[in-house]
Amino acid sequence: MINSTFYHIGQYWIFIKSLFQKPEKFAVYMRQILREMDNIGVGSMGLVALTSAFMGAIITIQSAYNLVNPLVPLYAVGIVARDSIILEFSPTIIMLVLAGKVGSSIASEIGTMRVTEQIDALEIMGINSSGYLVLPKIVAAIIITPAVVLLSMGIGIAGGWIAGDLSGIVPSNDYLRGLQDQFIPFNITFAMIKTIVFAFIITSVPAYHGFYTSGGALEVGQSSTKGVVFSSVLILIFDYVLTQLILG
Amino acid sequence: MIEVKNISKSFGEKKVLDNVSCIFEQGKINLIIGGSGQGKTVLMKCAVGLFEVDSGQVLYDGRNFSAMNFKERKPIRQEIGMLFQGGALFDSLTVEQNVTFPLTMFTHMTRQEKIERANFCLKRVNLENANKLYPSEISGGMKKRVAIARAISMNPKYLFCDEPNSGLDPKTSILIDELITEITEEYNITTIMNTHDMNTVMSIGEKLFLFTKAKKYGREIITTL
Repeated sequence: MINSTFYHIGQYWIFIKSLFQKPEKFAVYMRQILREMDNIGVGSMGLVALTSAFMGAIITIQSAYNLVNPLVPLYAVGIVARDSIILEFSPTIIMLVLAGKVGSSIASEIGTMRVTEQIDALEIMGINSSGYLVLPKIVAAIIITPAVVLLSMGIGIAGGWIAGDLSGIVPSNDYLRGLQDQFIPFNITFAMIKTIVFAFIITSVPAYHGFYTSGGALEVGQSSTKGVVFSSVLILIFDYVLTQLILG
Repeated sequence: MIEVKNISKSFGEKKVLDNVSCIFEQGKINLIIGGSGQGKTVLMKCAVGLFEVDSGQVLYDGRNFSAMNFKERKPIRQEIGMLFQGGALFDSLTVEQNVTFPLTMFTHMTRQEKIERANFCLKRVNLENANKLYPSEISGGMKKRVAIARAISMNPKYLFCDEPNSGLDPKTSILIDELITEITEEYNITTIMNTHDMNTVMSIGEKLFLFTKAKKYGREIITTL
């Protein structure tokens, strides 16, 4: 178990090192990056919007339910919803959702390419297969996911506003006042730092598992599962580490 | 000419190649035959650098390929075409894009020049009017032909074919054999082919290597027939 863990950590770093070699053709890599931005970012917008809207609504209603003390002003619900969404829910939960969607797709795509010898075909041609297949995905995710998470924050906060107002639990005025009260702009920066780290994890870890797949369809499925599980666990570990380092 | 000198390859405890030597001649179809699990594919993958050999050398016209690093191997790799057992076409690309892929990566051809070259190669393998189809939309035999077209798009000096007839009906199988023979003669390529198909052996084999696990004096027997 311990041997296997160290083996995978070592092999993962060798894999990451292999990504950063001079591209065979820069223009081809740029096209790949744009395509991946579309796949990872634009292709996930519906899921992100839906998750964020409901997440915001639930946070608002639950916060209001818990803050029933007459000494706590109602606008505190806005503060709690805003900070929860910005600090934790949008960067972490949305990235966990993306780890499931994007991560499994990356692991199974690369795993299938491995077992059908498409990666061998790239290698034979003299192409750095890991760099060609994986680097554009990582770069695209690092570029596009901050935008996705920012949008998620907006939708989440709006979802909370609509849910609070429609249910009559938190009137608009209180919610909007709470949103503006004691706002710390650095929280956004912190969320973006987390997002970039998580973007690297949700692309590189499943890609690693896909790249070293051997066997057939069963093993591709296993790689996909491993990619999602390991990237989700790493997101939670790095969430704690970054929070401790930056806010602790 | 490709010269394999005393190569050995193990996977863990299992020794698959043990001190194997052979010479693949230019302008000829060099067939590697033998039973399943004898190491034919491993020998081929060692020759093209997909597996690193434990010991020994692979020389491409005197150039020691096995001693080179990834960067140094690039020019030789661009002289290699390989036809995989399953075709190994890129699923996300059309037939035309598959054939132009090496040209896009390694040449400065214009789009029009690449399309012309792709059309030429596809015509050469008797596959016209399939340019815009994806690999999932074509038959197994057509996939093999596209793979040959991709392999010859860069005018290779060395062509490796890993069981090109597997999974094909006899008629298509003959067609692929004829195509490989014609291309080998036309471009004076060093062609190395792994096969189980005795019809192929009888009809196109010019130099045969019988691969067997039987050992004599601690060495595997590679018999040139």
